Amino acid sequence: MNGLFAEHVTVRYGRRTVLDDLTVGPFPTGRVSALLGPNGSGKSTLLRAMAGLGEATGRVMLGPDELSRMSLAQRTRRCLYLPQTLPATVHLQVLESLLAAQNATGVMPDVTGGDEIDAALHMLDIFGIADLAMRYMDELSGGQRQLVGLAQALGRHPDALLLDEPLSALDLHHQFAVMDVLRRETERRNIVTVMVLHDLNIAVRMTDYDVILRNGKIIASGSPRTVITPDTLRQTYDIVARVETCSRGLPHIMVDGLS
Amino acid sequence: MRVPDDDTVTASHAISPDLSDFARQVRGSYRMLLRRRLGILAVIAGCIVASVVLDFCLGPSGLSVGALIRTLLHPHDVSAGQSVIVWQIRLPYALMAVCVGAALGLAGAEMQTVLANPLASPFTLGVSAAAAFGASLAIILQWRLPGVPDAWVVSADAFVFAIGSVLLLDMVSRRRNAGTGTVVLFGIALVFAFHALVSLLQFVANEDALQDLVFWTMGSLTRATWPKLGLLAAACVVVAPLSFRAAWKLTVLRMGEERAASLGVDVPQVRRGALLRVSILSALAVSFVGTIGFVGLVAPHIARRLLGEDHRFYLPGSMFVGALVMSLSSVAARNIMPGVVIPTGIVTALVGIPFFLAIVLRRQGLS
Repeated sequence: MNGLFAEHVTVRYGRRTVLDDLTVGPFPTGRVSALLGPNGSGKSTLLRAMAGLGEATGRVMLGPDELSRMSLAQRTRRCLYLPQTLPATVHLQVLESLLAAQNATGVMPDVTGGDEIDAALHMLDIFGIADLAMRYMDELSGGQRQLVGLAQALGRHPDALLLDEPLSALDLHHQFAVMDVLRRETERRNIVTVMVLHDLNIAVRMTDYDVILRNGKIIASGSPRTVITPDTLRQTYDIVARVETCSRGLPHIMVDGLS
Repeated sequence: MRVPDDDTVTASHAISPDLSDFARQVRGSYRMLLRRRLGILAVIAGCIVASVVLDFCLGPSGLSVGALIRTLLHPHDVSAGQSVIVWQIRLPYALMAVCVGAALGLAGAEMQTVLANPLASPFTLGVSAAAAFGASLAIILQWRLPGVPDAWVVSADAFVFAIGSVLLLDMVSRRRNAGTGTVVLFGIALVFAFHALVSLLQFVANEDALQDLVFWTMGSLTRATWPKLGLLAAACVVVAPLSFRAAWKLTVLRMGEERAASLGVDVPQVRRGALLRVSILSALAVSFVGTIGFVGLVAPHIARRLLGEDHRFYLPGSMFVGALVMSLSSVAARNIMPGVVIPTGIVTALVGIPFFLAIVLRRQGLS
């Protein structure tokens, strides 16, 4: 099977079982997938479990390779989780922070064939923040730091990229710009990208495979148009919503109220 | 956002033409930055040497610089008294200042990083307090470890408790779900617990022992001897390279624990390694010279301002700054009041506080 998938994943925090024998995927390669669901539904937990962070049982496969049998260093090189928290405001230059992320587990084999600094600048450039390279992280806004975090992640050239609310601190322009970059890079590198999203309109318009979670259970999975329906939205978020077609023929979610 | 041109598609590292100039510029300024940091380290190192020379030359004995150097080069050609002053007092005293400062500076720097707390230091997390308790057991209750020679009794007891306190901190940090906050709060609890125990011993102590203990807790470099100096220096030489080897991991850790883990850093392992190194350095330093913990708190903050948080520079920087502050304090301790050596712990705090406040009030320190 292709893509990233997880089988029989169980995660417990203390006595509370967050995910119970969950099987999900495959998240397709070359496509951006979204993980949707209300707060506390287990989205971050699932991403972290697939990335090998925290204690989880079950099997995680990336194509033919079993990630869940690899060491942490190996595994994070293949499959990278980007936490929801922004990079801390440390007295470290943006460029240095990318170099550090690159070298965190020993010097990375040079994926790009180019020079380390060039590669880092290129990553900053595709997110439109090359001009911040020599600025200190503790001088940047939250949104700028989020972009740096994305550049750090993409700069490690993982085969699977698991992003936890990567748009949370960004303005509208940058939300769309980042989605564009992620779609482009995902396709070009033929990698798996899975992101936790709260904006259903972005999900329905700009992702290719969606999974909706509630209380650690999958409500629906598949293409956005089949997954995001009035019915699933009522089940998931307890809201009354419509999926309308806008004047350009694109789907748009309208929320009428609570159910 | 840039639209990828064909170049970037064929070779992912290729930089679009208008970026290549910029890349050259950035590379230039990054190289400059690295050079500047090396320069700053070199300047601090120079200052340390100057301060040690000053420390060696200035003092209450009234020997001229020429006489001191002659004694250093030809110890047998001068009077026994002069030789003792130079070889048994001045030199170990001046060098001990450097070693203690370096050890506490490095220990504080690693502690602040792995515990993600700007207040972390051997002083604030109970290592000094534990050492003081060990010393008070030796001084007041004459409790001694078997087989320890007289000259080492106080240091040995202090060391046992200091290392014990860090191992306790380590045990707490090993517990599952123990966040850095838990560890710091536990350290603070240790401070209060040991202070209370020391007070209790002071309460029952006789006058002489009480005076000895109070003097010990003030921290003084006059306790320096060659074997102690050698032991501490050896510890620094062994431990520092291990710290430097973890520099990248520690740098990434500064960006957030979860982020570091997601980049493949085994955070619990890095933290344990760092705490072990910290425990050896700080316990030795504190047990030899008494409560001189302030350097461990300030030196990392100064180094961070001067060199940033790339730990390849920050760790040696904190070591150097610690050594310099300590050495300058040592000079001040012997020269503020003619003929009196003020306990170094007092001077260190008084010298360090202006630095510290300047940094804190700029509000750009560790947030």
